[in-house]
Amino acid sequence: MYDLIVIGGGPAGLAAARAAFDAGSRRILVIERDHELGGILNQCIHNGFGLHYFHEELTGPEYAGRFIRMLKNTGVEVLTDAMVLEITPEKQVTIVSRKNGYQVLSARAVVLCMGCRERTRGAIGTPGRRPAGIFTAGAAQYYVNIMGYMVGRRVLIVGSGDIGLIMARRLTLEGAKVLACVEIMPYSSGLNRNIVQCLQDYQIPLYLSHTVTEIKGDARVEGAVVSKVDKNRRAIPGTEMPFDCDTVLFSVGLIPENELTRRAGIEMDPRTGGAVVYENRETSVPGIFACGNALHVHDLVDFVTEESRLAGTEAAKALLPRAPERELLLRAGDGVSYTVPQKIRPGRVEKSAGVFFRVRRVYGKSTIRVTCGGETVSEFRRERLAPGEMERITLPAALLNRARDSLELSIEEEKS
Amino acid sequence: MTELTCIVCPRGCRLKAVRRDDGTIEVTGNACPRGEKYAQTELTRPVRVVTTTVKMAGGIHRRCPVKTDGAIPKSLIFDAMRQIGRVTLHPPVRTGQVVLKDVCGTGIDVVATRDLS
Repeated sequence: MYDLIVIGGGPAGLAAARAAFDAGSRRILVIERDHELGGILNQCIHNGFGLHYFHEELTGPEYAGRFIRMLKNTGVEVLTDAMVLEITPEKQVTIVSRKNGYQVLSARAVVLCMGCRERTRGAIGTPGRRPAGIFTAGAAQYYVNIMGYMVGRRVLIVGSGDIGLIMARRLTLEGAKVLACVEIMPYSSGLNRNIVQCLQDYQIPLYLSHTVTEIKGDARVEGAVVSKVDKNRRAIPGTEMPFDCDTVLFSVGLIPENELTRRAGIEMDPRTGGAVVYENRETSVPGIFACGNALHVHDLVDFVTEESRLAGTEAAKALLPRAPERELLLRAGDGVSYTVPQKIRPGRVEKSAGVFFRVRRVYGKSTIRVTCGGETVSEFRRERLAPGEMERITLPAALLNRARDSLELSIEEEKS
Repeated sequence: MTELTCIVCPRGCRLKAVRRDDGTIEVTGNACPRGEKYAQTELTRPVRVVTTTVKMAGGIHRRCPVKTDGAIPKSLIFDAMRQIGRVTLHPPVRTGQVVLKDVCGTGIDVVATRDLS
């Protein structure tokens, strides 16, 4: 019997395991599908990680390396090249691996750290032929950075998520011509700094409110057509622009990976694609926790680390039976697309509870309003809010203790 | 006046830089002192950290990720890529190990960013 089984050895799993060790758990197992720890960070060779958590700028492999070293001499067991097939509400974990074959292991607590997957061309229904040369941005990143294969010479990037922006620069440095990045929304979903240092630095045009409406070619991509879209995101006839490309990359969003979570009967949030969790990242099944990109897609690994340390710490102390507790529901009001956590148990909050959320559109100077029964209980001001940038507020314990039933977050933009 | 987006951290402050009569540059819109420094450098001698990979001769992976151990002039990025592209490493590699000294005469070394056996 393990104290804790962590599913996934990426940044979330590494931080959760170390935090659980720090909080007193001793029999900890991290299960990783790849043949080494580190997860997606291993292929994210660019810098920009760690500014919040380590107060210095690291590359992905450096960030992962620090957490991998933190597990040295802790006795935390690591099983790589292993796939988890099922988790039960009783916390039995079924695993297959070349090393151990088929195994069923039990734990007092489980932390779900499976990360996320990329949306594909199929997910956005892009018309056209299906030749070679069409990749998700992350797959292309794996080919180039880990395997050392170049994916193409003349590249069109669809979607302006951070991975797509990073790959625009990466492929340019490796000698490809990146013709353009096209984004269906009127704003980019990537970080501003990436638009500057990945596109503008290399004079790569960004077409907002545009999308790819045709991919040509038989054996290999021989071109693509990009069209302007109206406010309902429908292509406007007559605005077609041909691109002479041999490669198309899609960077069109990420989906938390939760097949195991759903099969375990854990309550899901359709807005985030992850589990519904309490303030300590515990799911609807007691003793099963979720964090990182499997819970909701983060922009910054630093926040994944912070969230996963919380989940790991709480999983280490989840073993005590408790009487039913008072719960507050967090509601996403005007302008807010989701919150994590979705529920808070005020009795478990020592000083304060952090709340992550995303907004539905770009806002200028705004107030984030927290209301309870129609009455404002707290306000936070921001100069700018955007869907591509996860926001965070902190609610003090005193406020949570006074609140009844539910709290609602909403956005109010100042009139200019 | 020049408008810039600061790239020092993910916050991405929108900066305004105005060149005064005496030639100095006044920066506004920055949330921290690093933004001021970024704008000054960006308008006089823009620099970037370059991250890429080098060839591995043997070992568990075919490529090893590397970075310039400090920012180099933007104008030298492609020259640096060519020089770094000629390097081959042999395992084991340690994080921080210098793989190329003084890239393009900048005084900046290129270092490995992971351990590889």
